[in-house]
Amino acid sequence: MSVTASSALLVQGAGPQYVNATGLFTLSWVLIALPLLSAAVLLLTGRRANAWGHLLGCASVLCSFVLGLAMLFAMLGRSGPDRLIDQHLFSWIPAGSFQVEAGLLLDPLSMTFVLLITGVGGMIHIYSIGYMAHDPERRRFFGELNLFVAAMLLLVLGDSFLTLYVGWEGVGLASYLLIGFWSYKPTAATAAKKAFLVNRVGDVGLSLAIMLMFATFGTTSFAGVFSGADRMMAATATGIGLLLLLGACGKSAQFPLQSWLLDAMEGPTPVSALIHAATMVTAGVYLIARSNPIFDVSPNARLGVTIVGAVTLLFGATIGCAYDDIKKVLASSTMSQVGYMILAVGIGPGVYALGIVQLVCHGFFKATMFLGAGSVMHATKDNVNMRHYGGLRRLMPITFLTFTAGYLAIIGFPFFSGFYSKDKIIEAAFDKGGTSGLVLGSAALLGAGVTAYYMTRLMAMTFFGRPRWEEGVTPNESPRSMTMPMIVLGIGAVFAGALLTFVGDGLAGFLTPSLGPAEKGSPPVISASGQTLLILAVATVGAVIAYLQFGRRSVPDTARQDVPVVVTAARQALYGDAVNEAVFMRPGQYTTRALVFFDNFGVDGAVRGLAALVGGSSGRLRRVQTGFVRSYALLMFGGAALVVIGLTLAYAI
Amino acid sequence: MSDFPWLTVIGVVPLVGALVILGLPTRLAKPLALAVSMVTLVLTIAMCAAFDVGGPRFQFSQTYTWIPQFGVHYAVGVDGIALSLVALTAVLVPVVILASWHDADAPTRTARHNAKTFLALVLVLETMLIGVFAATDVFLFYVFFEAMLLPMYFLIGSYGVSGDQVKRSYAAVKFFLYSLVGGLLMLAAVVGLYVVGGKTFLFSDLVGHVDTTRPVEAFLFLGFFIAFAIKAPLWPFHTWLPDAAAEAPIGAAVLLVGVLDKVGTFGLLRYCLPLFPHASRTFGPYVLVLCVISILYGALVAVGQTDLKRLVAYTSVAHFGFIALGIFAFTSYGQSGATLYMVNHGFSTGALFLIVGFLISRRGSRLIGDFGGVQRVAPWLAGTFLMAGLSGLALPGLSTFVSEFLVLVGTFTRYRTFAVLATLGIVLAALYILVMYQRTMTGPAQPAVKDFPDLSSRESWVIAPMLALILALGVYPKPLLDVINPAVQATMQDVSRTDPPPSVPVSVTSSKGRP
Repeated sequence: MSVTASSALLVQGAGPQYVNATGLFTLSWVLIALPLLSAAVLLLTGRRANAWGHLLGCASVLCSFVLGLAMLFAMLGRSGPDRLIDQHLFSWIPAGSFQVEAGLLLDPLSMTFVLLITGVGGMIHIYSIGYMAHDPERRRFFGELNLFVAAMLLLVLGDSFLTLYVGWEGVGLASYLLIGFWSYKPTAATAAKKAFLVNRVGDVGLSLAIMLMFATFGTTSFAGVFSGADRMMAATATGIGLLLLLGACGKSAQFPLQSWLLDAMEGPTPVSALIHAATMVTAGVYLIARSNPIFDVSPNARLGVTIVGAVTLLFGATIGCAYDDIKKVLASSTMSQVGYMILAVGIGPGVYALGIVQLVCHGFFKATMFLGAGSVMHATKDNVNMRHYGGLRRLMPITFLTFTAGYLAIIGFPFFSGFYSKDKIIEAAFDKGGTSGLVLGSAALLGAGVTAYYMTRLMAMTFFGRPRWEEGVTPNESPRSMTMPMIVLGIGAVFAGALLTFVGDGLAGFLTPSLGPAEKGSPPVISASGQTLLILAVATVGAVIAYLQFGRRSVPDTARQDVPVVVTAARQALYGDAVNEAVFMRPGQYTTRALVFFDNFGVDGAVRGLAALVGGSSGRLRRVQTGFVRSYALLMFGGAALVVIGLTLAYAI
Repeated sequence: MSDFPWLTVIGVVPLVGALVILGLPTRLAKPLALAVSMVTLVLTIAMCAAFDVGGPRFQFSQTYTWIPQFGVHYAVGVDGIALSLVALTAVLVPVVILASWHDADAPTRTARHNAKTFLALVLVLETMLIGVFAATDVFLFYVFFEAMLLPMYFLIGSYGVSGDQVKRSYAAVKFFLYSLVGGLLMLAAVVGLYVVGGKTFLFSDLVGHVDTTRPVEAFLFLGFFIAFAIKAPLWPFHTWLPDAAAEAPIGAAVLLVGVLDKVGTFGLLRYCLPLFPHASRTFGPYVLVLCVISILYGALVAVGQTDLKRLVAYTSVAHFGFIALGIFAFTSYGQSGATLYMVNHGFSTGALFLIVGFLISRRGSRLIGDFGGVQRVAPWLAGTFLMAGLSGLALPGLSTFVSEFLVLVGTFTRYRTFAVLATLGIVLAALYILVMYQRTMTGPAQPAVKDFPDLSSRESWVIAPMLALILALGVYPKPLLDVINPAVQATMQDVSRTDPPPSVPVSVTSSKGRP
C-alpha cells in the first residue's frame, strides 16, 4: 500500500484530483444495482417469492462483496493518486446554474465501506435466514434489508453531497421500515416514526450544509467543493462544518439527537446488528471524514465535533450501565463507541483515519455481539431481560465464545481489535495537547473504564451465574446458519485491529489518498506505552467492579429501586426523552391544537365575518346556493358589465 | 406536422367527448369517457414529442382575432412551463376517471347527478384546464380561468361523497365565492392591463410594455396576485381548500388540488412576473413571508387534522407555499424547481388523495381514528400509501425531492433566512405523513378494517402509473427539466434577474475529471 505520491495530492488548495473510472471500476454502479434489483424483486413479487426470496437476498449482497473485493485488488495495483476513481453516470438535476451529476467515487475510503457493508452485511443476511425462519414475512424482511444495503452503498459511493444525501435518506427509509418491521406492535411503529423524525432534524442540518456549499462554490460535487475549501471564509467553513455535524448527530445517534437509537431496538436483532451498530449509525463518521477538507480549515467546527463525540461517548457508556435489556445495553454501547469515532474525526488532520479504523473494528465486534444477543434471545423465547438469563455459557458455547471475542475486543483487551482502534483514539485525544486535549483524553479514558464495567456486567448477567430463566425456557445453541456468521464476525473481532494496523501500511496508510497522511500531533504528554498501561488499568478497574457486583453476587429478579439519583437518571437514558417531550412534543402539540382552532375560527372566521358584513348575515352565504344559478348569472352579468365599462373607458381615454 | 393545431385539438377532444357522452346511455359513458381521455393523453404525448426544446419560447402557437374591437385574440401556445402542466392534466384525467369508476354511480346519486354527468363534467373541466394553460391572450386566459370554476363547482357540490348535503353545498359555495372574488379582482386588473399595456391582450405584446414607473403597475400586480394567491392557495386565503377538497368526490379533489390550484402558481410565474417585473421584485419579499407562513402553518395545521382528506388538503397549502417560494426567489433553479414542483405535486398529492379515497370507500369514513392496522390486512394498500406519503415528504430518490431541493437551494442563494425557515418544513412534513401512516396502517388491525380487501386490479392500474412516474422523475428528471429550463430562463430575463454567483467559484468541469 504505497503512499509515497499521495501526500502531494492533498496539498491544501489543490483538492483531490479524481481519475476517470476504467476497466473493472466502470462497474461500480453494479455494486449498488445488485442489492437494489434484488430488493425490487423481493418487494414486488409478493408471496410467490417466499420459497427463494431469502436466498436471492443473500446472493445479491455476497455478489456485491465479491465484486468489491475484486475492485480492492485492482485498486491495490494502482499507485496512490490513481486510487481516487470517479465514474460519471448521468446528468441528474440540470437546472440552469444548478447542475448535479450522478456519479460514483470509488476511493480507499469508500472502498473500505463497500467491503464493510457487503461483508458484514452478507454475514448478517445469512444469519437472518435462520433468525427469521419462522416469520411469515421473511421475504419482505430480506427485501428491506437489501434496500438498506443498496442505499448505504449509494451513501458511501456518491461523488457529490446531493447523491450522498439520497443514500443518506435511503438508509433512513430502510431503517424506518425495518425498525417498524413488526409494525403491528404499536411500540415498533412508534419507534420507527421516532427514528425517522429525529433523523429529519439532522437532515435539516445536512440540507442546509449542502445549500451553503452551493451558495459558496456553485457546486455540490466533492471535487468542486473540496477544491475550493481552503479559499472560503472561516465563518463559512465553520457554518458548513457545524451543519454537517448536525446531520451526523442525527444519523449516528450522537448527543443531542441520540434518543431514537434505544427505541430502534424494537426492530429484529439482525437489523440492530447491521443498521444500528455496524453500518448506518457510522454514516455520520463517514460524512465528517469525507468532508475532511472542510474540517481541515475550521478548527472551530472540529472543536464542536470533538465535544459532541466526547459527550456522547460518556453519555452512552453511562446509560449502558443501567439497562437490563441486553439490546439496549448494546445500543448504548454503540452510541458510546460511535462517540469515539466522532471524537477521532473531530481531532482532525492526521487522526481522521483512526476514526475509520475504529469504525471497521467496531463493525466486527459490535455485530458479533448483536448477533450473539439475537442468538440468546432466540434461545430464550425472545426475552431481552438479562435478569432472566444467567449461566448460558455451557448451553450455548459458540454464542458464548464469539460473544467473548466481541467483549474482549470492545474493552480493549491487549491484541484484540479494540486495543488497536479505541485505545489509539484515547492516545490521539491526549496527544492533541493543551487543555482540550487533556479534557477530551480524560473523557475518553473514563469512557474506557465505564465500557469495561457495563460490558462485564452484561457478560456476567448473561453467561455466568446461576440460570434465572423464565418458565418453559430451555436454551440451546442456535442453528448453523446463525452460528456460522457469528464465528466469521467473531474472528474479525479478534484479528481486525491487528490486521488493519500491521498489514502493509495498515488501513490508515491505505486511506491516505482520501484522508491525508496519518501524523502525530504534539509530543505525547505521557509516553505511548505509559498511556497503554493507563488505559488498561482503568479498564481493569471497571471490569473488576462489575465482576464484584454481578459476577460474585446473585442477580435479583427485578432491579433495586433504592439506588442513587445518578442510577435512576441513567435508567431513564439521562432523561433524553423527557427533555424531548417537554421541549418539543408538548409545546408542539399545543401549537398545533391552537393553530387548528385559529384556522377554523380565526382565519376562516374573519373571512366569514367579512362575508356576513357584506351580505348582511352569514346565513345568506348558505342561501346563495339555493338560487345559485340566478346569483351566478347576476355575478357574471356584473362582471361582464365591468369589462364593457372598463373597455369603453379605455377607448375614451 | 409543425402546423398541426395541437393545442386546439387536444382542448376540443374532451369537450366533444363530453357532449357525446351526455347523449349516450350511462353504461357506455364510462368506457367512452376513459377512451376520450386516453386519446387526449396520447395526443398530448405526441405533442410533447414534437416540442423542440431548443426552439422558440412559445410553440404550437395559433393566433386568430376574436373580438377585434377590443383586441381580443384566440391565441394559444405553450412554453415549457405550460407544456408540462398540460401534460400533467392529460395524465391525471384518465387516472381520475378510472379511479371514480364506482364512485360515480354510487346509490346516492340522483337522476340528474349520475355517472354520465359526472364524467362529462370531468371532461369539460379538462378542456378548460388545457385552455387556461395554453392561452397566450390574457383575456382568453381570464375566460378559461373563470369558466373552469363551473364544472368544478358542480363536481364538489353535487357529487360529493359525504352524506351531509349542507356541508357539501357550503364547501362548494365557499369555493366559488373565494374564486369569484379573486376573479373579479383579476378582471379589474385585466382591464387595467389593457389600458396601460397598449390596448392589446396578447401576452407577447404586453411583456415589457407595462410602464413600471407608475404606481398603477403595483395595483395591476396585486389584482393578479391576489387572484392567484386565492387559487393556489397561499395563507391566509387558504381556508376554502380543506372544505372543498374534503367534500369533493376523490376524483374531483385530485383534479382540484392536483391541477386546478396549479393555475394559481402557474399564473404567478407566467403572468405576474413577466408582466409586472418591477412590482414583482418590490413585493417579492412580502410574498416570501406569506410563502414561509404557508409552509409552516399548513404543515402544523395538517398535523392536527383528524380527517384524512382535510389533512392532505392542508399539506397542499404547505406545498403551494414551497412552489410560490421558488417562484419569488428569483433564481433560475428556484423557478425550475417550482415548475417541477407543480408537476410532481400533481402526481404525489394526486396519488395520496386516490389512496385515501380507496381507504374511505372501504371504511365509509374519513376519520383517521376509524382506521388502524390496515398494513396487516391489506399490505399492498399500505405499501402504496406509504410510498405516496414518502413522496409527499419529499424523500430523496423520489421526484418531489428534486423539486423541493431546487426550491430551497434557489431561495437560499438569495434569501437565506426564508430558506432556513422553509427547510424546517421538511421535519413537519415527515411528522404529518408518518403520524397519518402510523395511525391508519400500523398497530393491531381494528375490527372495522379486518375484512378490508387489498388493492383491486382497477385500483392498481390507477395508482401504479402515478408511483412509477414519481420514481422515474426522481431518478431522471432531466427530460422534464430540459423542457422547463428555457421557459424559466425567459421569465428570468423578463424580470431582469440573474442568479447570484457563488462566492468562491470553482471550476466544476475540470475537477470532474472528465475528458
